[in-house]
Amino acid sequence: MDTLNALVAFSNFVAIPAVAYGSQLALGALGVTLVYGVLRFSNFAHGDTMAFGAMIVVLLTWLLQSWGVSLGPLPTALLALPVGIIVTAGLLVATDQLVYRFYRKHKSPPVIFLIVSLGVMFIMNGLVRFVIGPGDQRFFDGQRFIVSVREFKAMTGLREGLAIKTTQGLTVVTAVIVVAVLFWFLNKTRTGKSMRAYSDNEDLALLSGINPERVVLVTWLIVAALATVAGALYGLDKSFKPFVYFQLLLPVFASAIVGGLGNPVGAIAGGFVIAFSEVTVTYAWKKVLVYALPDQWEPSGLMQLLTTDYKFAVSFVILVIVLLFRPTGLFRGKAL
Amino acid sequence: MSEPFLIGDSMTGGYGNGPDILHDCTVAVEKGEIAVIVGPNGAGKSTAMKAVFGMLDVRQGAVRLDGEDITNLSPQDRVLKGMGFVPQNNNIFTSMTVEENLEMGAFIRTDDFSETMEQVYHLFPILREKRQQQAGELSGGQRQQVAVGRALMTQPKVLMLDEPTAGVSPIVMDELFDRIIEVARTGIPILMVEQNARQALEIADKGYVLVQGRNAYTGTGQELLADPEVRKSFLGG
Amino acid sequence: MIDRLRAPIFFALVAGALLWTGLNQSWNTALVIFNMGLISAVMSLGVNLQWGIAGLLNVGIMGFVALGGLAAVLIAMPPVKEAWNAGGGAILLGLAIGAASIAIAATAYRRMHKGLLRGLALVVILVGGFYLTRIIATPAIKAVEAINPASTGYLGGLGWPVLIAWPVGGLMAAGAAWVIGKTALGLRSDYLAIATLGISEIIIAVLKNEDWLSRGVKNVIGIPRPLPYEVDLQKDAGFIEQAASLGLDPVTASTLYVKLGYGILFAVVLLILLWLAQNALNSPWGRMMRAIRDNEVAARAMGKNVTARHLQIFVLGSAICGIAGAMMTTLDAQLTPSSYQPLRYTFLIWVMVIVGGSGNNLGAVLGGFLVWFLWVQVEPFGQFLMGVITSPLSDGSFLKEHLQAGAAHMRLLTMGLFLLLMLRFNPKGLIPEK
Repeated sequence: MDTLNALVAFSNFVAIPAVAYGSQLALGALGVTLVYGVLRFSNFAHGDTMAFGAMIVVLLTWLLQSWGVSLGPLPTALLALPVGIIVTAGLLVATDQLVYRFYRKHKSPPVIFLIVSLGVMFIMNGLVRFVIGPGDQRFFDGQRFIVSVREFKAMTGLREGLAIKTTQGLTVVTAVIVVAVLFWFLNKTRTGKSMRAYSDNEDLALLSGINPERVVLVTWLIVAALATVAGALYGLDKSFKPFVYFQLLLPVFASAIVGGLGNPVGAIAGGFVIAFSEVTVTYAWKKVLVYALPDQWEPSGLMQLLTTDYKFAVSFVILVIVLLFRPTGLFRGKAL
Repeated sequence: MSEPFLIGDSMTGGYGNGPDILHDCTVAVEKGEIAVIVGPNGAGKSTAMKAVFGMLDVRQGAVRLDGEDITNLSPQDRVLKGMGFVPQNNNIFTSMTVEENLEMGAFIRTDDFSETMEQVYHLFPILREKRQQQAGELSGGQRQQVAVGRALMTQPKVLMLDEPTAGVSPIVMDELFDRIIEVARTGIPILMVEQNARQALEIADKGYVLVQGRNAYTGTGQELLADPEVRKSFLGG
Repeated sequence: MIDRLRAPIFFALVAGALLWTGLNQSWNTALVIFNMGLISAVMSLGVNLQWGIAGLLNVGIMGFVALGGLAAVLIAMPPVKEAWNAGGGAILLGLAIGAASIAIAATAYRRMHKGLLRGLALVVILVGGFYLTRIIATPAIKAVEAINPASTGYLGGLGWPVLIAWPVGGLMAAGAAWVIGKTALGLRSDYLAIATLGISEIIIAVLKNEDWLSRGVKNVIGIPRPLPYEVDLQKDAGFIEQAASLGLDPVTASTLYVKLGYGILFAVVLLILLWLAQNALNSPWGRMMRAIRDNEVAARAMGKNVTARHLQIFVLGSAICGIAGAMMTTLDAQLTPSSYQPLRYTFLIWVMVIVGGSGNNLGAVLGGFLVWFLWVQVEPFGQFLMGVITSPLSDGSFLKEHLQAGAAHMRLLTMGLFLLLMLRFNPKGLIPEK
C-alpha cells in the first residue's frame, strides 16, 4: 500500500484533467445559462459560437506568430483573446439584430427561438468550416508544462509522476478570473443587476424603466466573451477542430441543466459535476488502485468502467437522472 | 371644481381586439387623498386600474395626469411622468435582495437615491432588517411592502396599487392598510383596487363602486359605507 | 384556388428538376436523387408528425435513423456461426442481466420508501448489475471480435430477407423513443431536444465501438439486397434482349432497372405511410393532437392526458425515422457508422419539414424531395460559383485554392440561410397547414 503515490497518480490522471475540463465546461454552460435566463431559449448555436470565437483566436495567433510576437512561456493565444472576443461579439450582436430581434418583437414561443438557433448553428458551422476547414488545427506555443513528470519525480523522489500542463493551469486561472468578473458584474453593477432583474421578472423590469434591448445587447457581449474564452481554452488544452465543439453541446447543456438552467452558480457546479463524472468513469483505475490497495487485492483488469468513446453517455446519464428526479436542477434554475 | 390630479375620464376599452370591458368608466384621485375602486368579482376593477396605467386600449375617453393628456403614452413613459404602479402578482424580483429590489425601482433615476431608500426603510422598518435577504424568501405581507417600496423609489407623484392585500392574513392586512395610510400622509395620492371593500372604504377619501365595467356608485368612503344600497349589494348588509 | 394548386405546382416543380437532372446530367443521377428523396420524405414525414402536429422537438433524428440501419444488419446479414459458438450466448445473457438490473432498480424505486436505504439499494442493484454484465459479457465480446476480424468479428444477423428489417428498424427506433419520451416528455420542451440530441450521440457511439454488434468503424458491407444484382442481370439473356429492344446497353439498363426497383419499393412505403398519416391527421385523434399543440393548458384542463398523447406520437414519429433508416441502409447495402453526421441526418431533416410546411404531410414530403435535391445540387453549383468568383485570381494562389476547397462547406451555410429565411418570411412553409 502506498497512499502517497496513489494520491499523486489520482491527481495526475483524474483531478487535474477534470478540474481543467470542468472549468471549460463551466464557462460554456455559463454562456448557455445566460442566454436562457435573459432571452429564455436554449441556444443550440452555442457550441458553434465557441468554435467561431476559438477560430478567430487561432487565426490571430498564427498572425502574431508569423510576426514573431511571443509571450515567452505563455501561449501567444492569450494576446489574441481580446480581439477574438470583440469579433465574436460583433457576430453575435449582428445575429441578434438580423435574426433573433424579429422573434423577440413578435413574442415567439421559446421553441421557435430554439429552431431559429438551429439555423444560426448551421450558418456558423458552415462559416467556420469555410474559413478554417474541418481539420485539426494547432495553435499552442510557449512552455508545455508548469510541472513536468521528470521535475516532479526529481523534486519529491516519488515513483509516480505528476504533470501540470501550462494550458491546464491557464484554464483554471482564466476561468477563475472570468467567473469572478462575471459575478462582480452581475451582483455589483447597475447594468448587471438590471440583467438579473430582467431575467427574474420581465414585466416588472419594464415597469422599472429597464430597457430590454440594452439588457439583451449586454447579454450577447458577455456570452461572446464566455464562449470565446471557453472555446480558446478548450482548443489550447486539447486541439481545435470545428466538429468537436458541436459535440461539446451535450456536456455543456448537461452542465447547465444539472446546475439549473438560468442559474450561473449552478452552471459552474454542473460543469464540474459533469467533468468529474466523465473523467472518473472513463479512467482506468488500475494504476491508482495498485498503490492504494494491499498487494493481495491488486486488480487484474484495467478497472475502467467505460471506454472514453462513451464519455457522452456519462453526461447523458447524469442529465437523465436529473431530469427524472429533479428537473429544476441542483440549484433550482430559472432566473439569473 | 378643479380637475383631480389623476383621472381616467369616461374610459371605454378592452384588451387588444377583444370586446370592451370598460364602459364610460371614470376613476380619479385628488392630491393627498386615497381613492379606492371596489366592486364584485369581474367588475373590471383591475381593468380600470390598468387602463389608467396604459396597459390596455382606451378607445374612448382620456387619462390625464396633472392636467396633461397621457392617454397615448406607454406604461414605461407613464412611470417617467411620475406614476408608480404595483401590480397584483409578480410584483417583486424574487431572486434579488430587498435592497436590490429597491435599487431596481430607482433604475430610471440618475441622482442619488439613498435618501429615498432611507424614507422607504423608515416607512417599512421590517425591510431595513431584511435588506440583505432574497425577496422571494419573505412572507406575503413583507413581499407586498417590498413591492410598494420598489414603486416608491421613483418618487412617484401618484401611486397605484392593484389589490395589495390579496392573499394575506387579516392581521397582516390591517398592518398593510396602516402602512398605506402612512404613505398617503407623506403626500402621495393613492389609487387602489381592493377586494376587501369594507376596510378599504374605511380608509378611503373617495370610493368608486364598479359593476360590469361601469360606475355604479361614487362617493366618499363614509358615504358609500353608509349607503344602504351599497351595503346591501356589496358589503354583505 | 391558388392554395389548392400549391401542392401540384410545387410537386411538378420537383419533378421538373429531376427531369432536368436526367436530361442534362444523367438518368442515373436523377434516380439516385429520387431514391434518396423518397427516403428523406419518409424521415420528414416522421418528424412532421412530431413537430408539425404535436409540437415536439426531436433533435436526435440521426440516432433513430442509425437504429434502423442497425436493424438492416441484424436482420439481413448471415449469422456468423463460429462467433455465436464463441460467445453469442454469453453476450445475450450479459445484456439480459443488464436489462434486468435496470428493471429491478425501477421496481425497487417504486416499491421502496423514500430515503437513504432506497438510494443505497438502487446503487447496489445498478452497480452490481453493471459489473455482472461486464464480467459475463466482456470475455465473450473479446472472443467474438477475435474471430476472423478482417471479414467478420461480429455476431452477424439472422440471415432473413432485408425487407423484414424495415418494420423491425421502426420497432427498434420506437423502443429508444419510448425510453427518451418517458424521461423528457412532460418537462420543458427544450429538455426533450437535449435528451434526443444525447441519445442520438450515444447510439452512434455504440455503433462505432461495439464491434461484436455492428463491426464498428470496420463497417458492415454487402448487406443482401431485395433486388437482383446488376452483374446477374447483365448475364441474363432475356434481360439483355429487353434492354436492347429499348435501345439501351445492358450495363446502363441494369443499373437503371435496379434503381427503379428501389424507387418503387420506397415509393410504396412512402405512399402507405402518407396515407396513414393523412388519415391520422384528419381523425379525431389528429384533431386532438393539434388541439393539444395549440393550447396545452386548455387540453389538460379538459382532462386529456397530454404527456401520454405526446409519448404516443413521439414514438410513432421516431418509428417512421427508423423505417427510413433501414431503407437507407438497404439502399446503400452497407452500414458505415462514421457516416452519421448530425448536420446531415438531424438538422437537414428539420430544414425539410420547415421548408415544406410543418403540420402538413404533403408539405413534409415535398420538403424531403426539394431540400434533398438542393442539398445534392448546391455543391456542384457552389463549386461552379466559386470557380467564377475566383477566376480573376491567379492559379495556385492561396486565396483561390482556399475558396475552392471551402466550397464544399457552402451547403451548410446555404441550408442555414434557407432555414432562417423560411422561418422569417414564410414560417408556414411552401404548403401550409390547412
